[in-house]
Amino acid sequence: MFSVQSAKLFKSSTFRLALIYMALFSLSVLLLLGFIYWSTAGYMVRQTKATIEAEITGLAERYDLSGLPGLSKVINERLSYQKTKSSLYLLTDPQFKPIIGNLKNWPAVQPSAEGWMSFEIDRGGTDDTEKHQSLARTFRLRGDFHLLVGRDTHDLAEIQALIQEALFWGLLITIAMALAGGVMMSRTMMHKIEVINATCHQIMAGDLARRIPRTGGDDDFDRLVDTLNQMLEQIEELMQGVKQVTNNIAHDLRTPLTRLRRRLDMLRENNNSTEQNDELLDQAIGEADRLLTTFKALLRISEVESGSRRTSFKNVDMTALLGDVIELYAPLSEEKGQTFMTEITPSIPIHGDRDLLFQAFANLLDNAIKYTPTPGSIKLLMHDQDDQLKVTLCDTGPGIPPASREKVFERFFRLETSRSSPGNGLGLSLVDAIVSLHHGRIELTDNHPGLSLDISLPRTS
Amino acid sequence: MRILLIEDDTDTAAYLAKGLGELGHNVHQAHDGKDGLFMALDQPYETLVVDRMLPGMDGLSVIRAMRAAGNRTPVLILSALGEVDARVEGLRAGGDDYLVKPFAFSELLARLEALVRRTTTTTEHTTNLKVGDLEMDLLSHEVKRDQQTISLQPREFRLLEFFMRNSGQVVTRTMLLENVWDYNFDPQTNVIDVHISRLRSKIDRQFEQPMLHTIRGAGYVLRAVR
Repeated sequence: MFSVQSAKLFKSSTFRLALIYMALFSLSVLLLLGFIYWSTAGYMVRQTKATIEAEITGLAERYDLSGLPGLSKVINERLSYQKTKSSLYLLTDPQFKPIIGNLKNWPAVQPSAEGWMSFEIDRGGTDDTEKHQSLARTFRLRGDFHLLVGRDTHDLAEIQALIQEALFWGLLITIAMALAGGVMMSRTMMHKIEVINATCHQIMAGDLARRIPRTGGDDDFDRLVDTLNQMLEQIEELMQGVKQVTNNIAHDLRTPLTRLRRRLDMLRENNNSTEQNDELLDQAIGEADRLLTTFKALLRISEVESGSRRTSFKNVDMTALLGDVIELYAPLSEEKGQTFMTEITPSIPIHGDRDLLFQAFANLLDNAIKYTPTPGSIKLLMHDQDDQLKVTLCDTGPGIPPASREKVFERFFRLETSRSSPGNGLGLSLVDAIVSLHHGRIELTDNHPGLSLDISLPRTS
Repeated sequence: MRILLIEDDTDTAAYLAKGLGELGHNVHQAHDGKDGLFMALDQPYETLVVDRMLPGMDGLSVIRAMRAAGNRTPVLILSALGEVDARVEGLRAGGDDYLVKPFAFSELLARLEALVRRTTTTTEHTTNLKVGDLEMDLLSHEVKRDQQTISLQPREFRLLEFFMRNSGQVVTRTMLLENVWDYNFDPQTNVIDVHISRLRSKIDRQFEQPMLHTIRGAGYVLRAVR
């Protein structure tokens, strides 16, 4: 549960944005801290170097003025004056043999081009093993004498370490806070988006009346929610409008069509017509009947969709009902030379409309028989599964391509293959409406070859 | 026969009156519920055709009032599609049959004739049905034509029984679905035809004269051989 949620969190765009923000923020903090470090610890190092430089220049000048004894005297004076022993001096002969100074010997380190070197010295005193980092500059005097002036940088290093530590923790806290802020921000955003997402899914699943709840903050998110809700409102109105228009057309055209049909009927009943006229009349009546059937089917679908039939729901014995459907359609299938297999397990009755359920299964079986070729087979299975009734109808007909599986339930939708055969493209729409009325579901899958239709009807609807 | 037509849509009323009149029936008309009820109680009719939606007093109230007054005249209810649970409600109110608009005239005629026949011939107590040389024993479920025993499946038996009870009259496909299969639905194809042809092969094939005829555009009829 947690891992799924955190995986979702890492995938969220807000979190990614927060991560990028965190990286940028950390970088700028790093730069700022770097500058602070440079201007504090760096300043101290530069200051020390400048002092050493000034001192060594002074000593070199003294050497130039008063030779080796003068220089030795000055160094001696300086050594005796200093209390902290942090200054280092060493004067050696050309063979690096110490003449005077507070270093026992010349450090075995190669100095840099400018004469700078850093090395460790033993600070005797209480602890012999105590080693201190030092920074020194060497100078070659006339007569190949070597002069070294340095500073024990131990204290400086300690201050540097202290500053480094402070900066490190500062950076760590910055990153941690940015990360926590990012997680919190994305959580909130993710929750808000998840609510919108879930609502949209429910609407797509057919609950057109659903709306996205406001978060209550009256913020930009709420404005987005308002806009989306207005859009949903318009979509719902449009969809209802389309249905309403279809129903109105069906309703309004039915009366004149009925009259037309009647008058054609009357014409046929007048015996003074010729055989040729009779044929034309019969064709006209046939066309009028087909139109009337289509309108009737449309109005029937809208009646079922309105849900008003639920008030007359009763317990329906599906075993008997399917038995009757099979009994009615089996001869038709036999006549077409199809193999018709049934497997009906006695089930607990469901709450529903007997006539409509019969209509739904009759339509489905009718289709299966119509589209299954002659040496084909049709299988009808029914069994109870948990609190649902499952009916499966498989045929070996041409099937329905996956792309059209959702569309076949739309009004007037017909597959190219069925255009030439009779039908109005409303049979499956009615089935869908009836199954929805019973809170059931239809699933279309491939039967390899053919179509497999799974219907589940809840028993407690 | 004397028919009372209670229908407020003048076009439908005129068409039905004309059609029924041409067939020799005596059609009286009323255009609202109150007039209709008054006429139904005032004069004897063989059958009534009542529209469900009527100004003043609706069709179902007319039927209820008639039945309350002890009038047993068979009633065929006409209704527009989409009225909730209309069929069951209509039959419960005392109607005898139910027809949804739009309908074919032949359908109305077939149903009216079946209605009148049902009430005038007291078939309830008979155990034997006979049409020409075709005989049916309702107790032993035995069917014979010209003394030859015909074996029928249970549904074929009910189908033939319905034809025999309405012999000589046109029986529509919807009437068969409602009465023999006991479901009110629209078949997409003429699935009934297969059942009819099976029944026909059993009762007609071995005999010179067929009894079960198809009436184009209307339905079927079972007639005694003359």
